[in-house]
Amino acid sequence: MNAHRTLFGWLQATPLALVMIAFLVAPIVMIVIVSFWGATEFSIYPAFQFDNYQFLFGSPVTYKVFLATFKYAAVTWALTLLIGFTVAYFLAFHVRSQTMQIALFLLCTIPFWTSNIIRMISWIPFLGRNGIANTALQNWGLIDEPLEWLLYSDFSVILAFVHLYTLFMVVPIFNTMMRIDRSLLEAARDNGASGAQILRHVIIPLTKPGIMIGTIFVVTLVMGDFVTVRFMSGSQSANVGRLISNDIALLQYPSAAATAVVLLATVLIIIAVLLRFVNIRKEL
Amino acid sequence: MSDDLELVHLTKRYGDTVAVADISHRFPSGAYVCLLGPSGCGKSTTLRMIAGHESVSEGSILLGGLDISHLPPAKRGTAMMFQSYALFPHLSVRDNVAFSLRMKGVERAERNATANQMLELVHMSAFGDRLPAQLSGGQQQRVALARALVTQPRVLLLDEPLSALDPFLRIRMRAELKKLQRELGIPFIHVTHGQDEALALADEVVVMNNAVIEQAGPAREVWGTPRTEFVARFMGGHNVIATPSGKVSFRADETRISDAGLPATVTAVEYQGASVAMTAALDSGEELLALLPEETFFAAPKNPGEAVRLSWDERRANRLQA
Repeated sequence: MNAHRTLFGWLQATPLALVMIAFLVAPIVMIVIVSFWGATEFSIYPAFQFDNYQFLFGSPVTYKVFLATFKYAAVTWALTLLIGFTVAYFLAFHVRSQTMQIALFLLCTIPFWTSNIIRMISWIPFLGRNGIANTALQNWGLIDEPLEWLLYSDFSVILAFVHLYTLFMVVPIFNTMMRIDRSLLEAARDNGASGAQILRHVIIPLTKPGIMIGTIFVVTLVMGDFVTVRFMSGSQSANVGRLISNDIALLQYPSAAATAVVLLATVLIIIAVLLRFVNIRKEL
Repeated sequence: MSDDLELVHLTKRYGDTVAVADISHRFPSGAYVCLLGPSGCGKSTTLRMIAGHESVSEGSILLGGLDISHLPPAKRGTAMMFQSYALFPHLSVRDNVAFSLRMKGVERAERNATANQMLELVHMSAFGDRLPAQLSGGQQQRVALARALVTQPRVLLLDEPLSALDPFLRIRMRAELKKLQRELGIPFIHVTHGQDEALALADEVVVMNNAVIEQAGPAREVWGTPRTEFVARFMGGHNVIATPSGKVSFRADETRISDAGLPATVTAVEYQGASVAMTAALDSGEELLALLPEETFFAAPKNPGEAVRLSWDERRANRLQA
């Protein structure tokens, strides 16, 4: 009977396990294997050598690019958190009617009806040298000549990141905020807490799991991105994703695989550190 | 300084609906008061207005002669204990109790000492480091009580404090609430929809219905001489019948089976231990309840469908005003 039940349990878990193995575990194992292969200008060959990693860790470019990637992730995280928290707070605590809450929430998702690339590229005519922003500022007499840093700069890269990923902060934070028992806020007020104190001592601590989930979304998305950086920096800045995509373009698969493995390890370490701070399990 | 709490022509409107309609009442100082009524009668809204969690549409709330209607909750001298206790789930029991002190900027050592004293008062000293989720319902309630009392309120407001507990714990906790109120000597205003709870606890019972106060007075008075049919029926244990000179109520436990009484047909019999609750319908269709001593009933048991005659002492009947 017991053995029968154990077998049944395994059978129930099998379909999902197979999907995970085929689509998650196997590709990653493949990448790890290829990362030890060797390559010449025109061919790649199976091997077990550390050349790719040696080259990666020996090159100052790697450190520069990783640093740039961290910078993008950190700045984007800070800005999306600030905006996302504010939007979620407004939706959850200031909008009283539930219909209005849902309507406004759906409004937030409208940009997601178009593709990432289109949303990104639509910034270009706005920010360009003779774009709407520069023309308007010049017409208002605020500047004499076009601002060069608006487009093809770190500014435009981060602007696009923030635009693309803020919703990933809003959703989990809004979700946790909606679960906060409103009587807790009354209890805090009854105990003499001011609005700012309620925010600091009640709302923020109780929203931490949502913030953490949003953080994981944003950090992994920015760390793994390569399109946004390429388009918005006009190929003038690099991040790890672009390093990998360049290698692939040159058919240097082993080297790309090695960079991917290091990136994956880095992201996993970041997430592991984040999870030490907050237990998100009860949110899932 | 007097700590009398007084409501003066207090009204609460939500758009066109009136939740509390022009009620005036003076709560006796140092008393345990129960605001009693069915759900939606306005008792909770009244309490929340006193606490400052609901704005006052018209009228005022006076505490010690001072109009507190428009003060923020923490400045009123009231403290509220919430129905679901509303303990902060991320803070330890001690930090929950010390929350108001922390908001005032009291040093950690000092506020912990005060919080510990409060926890001792409610017999929860051993649980200071736990999180609320690690406590039972009764323990959470004590913590909520300590958190409310740490602000040294002049009036404690309790919003259905016992409704989340199981029946046994409810009876134990209400005894503790009563004891605590006597020790502290401050008025407790306790909202409940349970008449047994109100009778057990209250020095004064305020019965509300349809946004107004139906009757207020000492528990024995309200139960013994209900003013209106609603009060008589809501407090239970009474029969109401129409007589040529108006409606009267009389006690179910003084209703007897006797040959001299009015004819009726038994509709239900419920054994309740010490007594038997027998419901019977008069020819006029009115239902009467007779609480008969167990021995008397079983000396001559009746079954549903049987004809009986019911009588009561006319002199002890209570004339109802509405």
